[in-house]
Amino acid sequence: MKKKTLKTAAAIFAACMMLGSLAGCGSVENETTTAAAAEIKKSTEAAQTTKAETTQAENLSGTVTLAGSTSMKKLCEAMSEGFMETYTDITVTVEYTGSGAGLESLVQGSIDIGNASRALKDGEKEQGAVENIVAIDGIAVITDKDNSVKDLTAEQLADIYTGNVTNWNEIGGEDEAIVVIGREAGSGTRSAFEELLKIEDACSYAQELDNTGAVLAKVASTPGAIGYVSLDVIDDSVLALSLDGVEASEANIVAGKYLLSRPFVMATMGEISEQNELVRAWFDYVASEEGQSIITDIGLILPQ
Amino acid sequence: MTNKAKLHIVESAAKYIFTFCAVLAVFAVCSITVYMIAKGTPAFKNVGVSELLFGTLWKPTAAEPSFGIQYIILSSIVGTAASVLLGVPIGLFTAVFLTEVSGKRLAAVVQPAIELLAAIPSVIYGLLGLMLLNPLMYKLERILFAGSETHQFTGGANMISAVLVLAIMILPTVVNVSASSIRAVSKELRAASMALGASKMQTIFKVTVPAAKSGIMTGVVLGIGRALGEAMAINMVAGGSVNLPLPFNSVRFLTTQLVSEMGYAEGIHRQVLFSVGLVLYVFIMVINLLLLKLRKEAVENEA
Repeated sequence: MKKKTLKTAAAIFAACMMLGSLAGCGSVENETTTAAAAEIKKSTEAAQTTKAETTQAENLSGTVTLAGSTSMKKLCEAMSEGFMETYTDITVTVEYTGSGAGLESLVQGSIDIGNASRALKDGEKEQGAVENIVAIDGIAVITDKDNSVKDLTAEQLADIYTGNVTNWNEIGGEDEAIVVIGREAGSGTRSAFEELLKIEDACSYAQELDNTGAVLAKVASTPGAIGYVSLDVIDDSVLALSLDGVEASEANIVAGKYLLSRPFVMATMGEISEQNELVRAWFDYVASEEGQSIITDIGLILPQ
Repeated sequence: MTNKAKLHIVESAAKYIFTFCAVLAVFAVCSITVYMIAKGTPAFKNVGVSELLFGTLWKPTAAEPSFGIQYIILSSIVGTAASVLLGVPIGLFTAVFLTEVSGKRLAAVVQPAIELLAAIPSVIYGLLGLMLLNPLMYKLERILFAGSETHQFTGGANMISAVLVLAIMILPTVVNVSASSIRAVSKELRAASMALGASKMQTIFKVTVPAAKSGIMTGVVLGIGRALGEAMAINMVAGGSVNLPLPFNSVRFLTTQLVSEMGYAEGIHRQVLFSVGLVLYVFIMVINLLLLKLRKEAVENEA
């Protein structure tokens, strides 16, 4: 009797291991999540798709390829999802290789659009890349409401985040320890912030929080705290500091005066009007009402 | 169809349904194990076992990344140990109070209160820690470290906050399991002790509690498991920077490491997070094997 149970148990175990390893083999999780997300979008947006768009969409088929900045992942995912809803026969593929690598592939002609989360360099422009700014990313530096410091220079801000300045009285404030709050490694806001201040991976954070809301709440409730969040989420519970005398506002960012902002560029070889119709359809979609609302929905600023 | 045949079909159908359900559970355990090992080992190859487990620098997104999780493992061990050291005595004494000291009416109030404590979602513990404990800790921090040049002020999000929250969270487990094992101690043992002239407290500490030892240990091990596996509550109060697990440092645990960085991690960074999961999984498995052994001992003791 006992032997038999053992045998059965062994058989069950073996079967499970086999099935388990089968399940473990394919790395399908990414596709499933995007498919699920697309499914949700489909149900909400199907009703909004106009007839004109569907007829237009029927005529175009093919592939649009993008590559470049990892910071633009959120934008590209949302945009390509919406785009493929409208143009069902066009496939959009996006690779996240980094701004420089994306522009290199563009110049070599292996992709249609090169993504860059910075302005194009002169060299890149000379090679024929055209800078199409589709959105602007702005980051605000915030403190709790009782802080008397209203303005910081870029240098002071970098000193605070690298741990060279640890008390507000060193930079003209009250005698209050600075609680340095930031985001977790991998966050786009964090990489943009550190990149723009040129303090990549040199920061010493007292707290690393994993979402914007938590940063906002922590800064609001902790005396002496400093943090950074996307510009669009600022509310009355915190103070947004001006940097080098420039206030953190959409107008200043669009005008290019505010330090902690960067353009999201979808570069093409030659003007958009010279591109094939698939790429033109992509930029039409980005400029459409739907495309623009995708940009603002993920917290980015529309360029003028 | 005869009644007998019908009965036979029902009998065998029920048997298959039960077997299927049992297989499902076993399948879940096996496939999770296989998945964790398959996903968690590549990083050990890519980063190096000792570099990963004993490295102290966590810079996953740097130009030259380093993936040392030693401080994270240490934080989990220290945090769990401290919360158990704090929570177990309180839990045990509460269990003794419930079963031996308090009258029936008082126990009728305390017992449900403790069971309610177990029912509160962990995010609520985290919220309370965030709103009440952290500001309190910050006040303490400002007094203790006033004028310190080297201390990084964390705003009250530190190891102590996490330990306090965990200690409260493991209380119900320890109390309930201990109380039921103390109740199971036979009345004759107590009576014999009293008859020999021992006082009530002497009886409790020298006879009843030792007799219920294996049950109490089960409660402790369950508490360790709960503390080690908790993520949400401590993610909200511990600060989340990777540091040595000192009382007033902002710390990160194995669980909160996964919670906070899984969202955007890519490449080796993502692989390493799976390895962190594997380390946590191994810890939990060891704890549970210990638990199985304790339970077996308890059964043997009773027999």
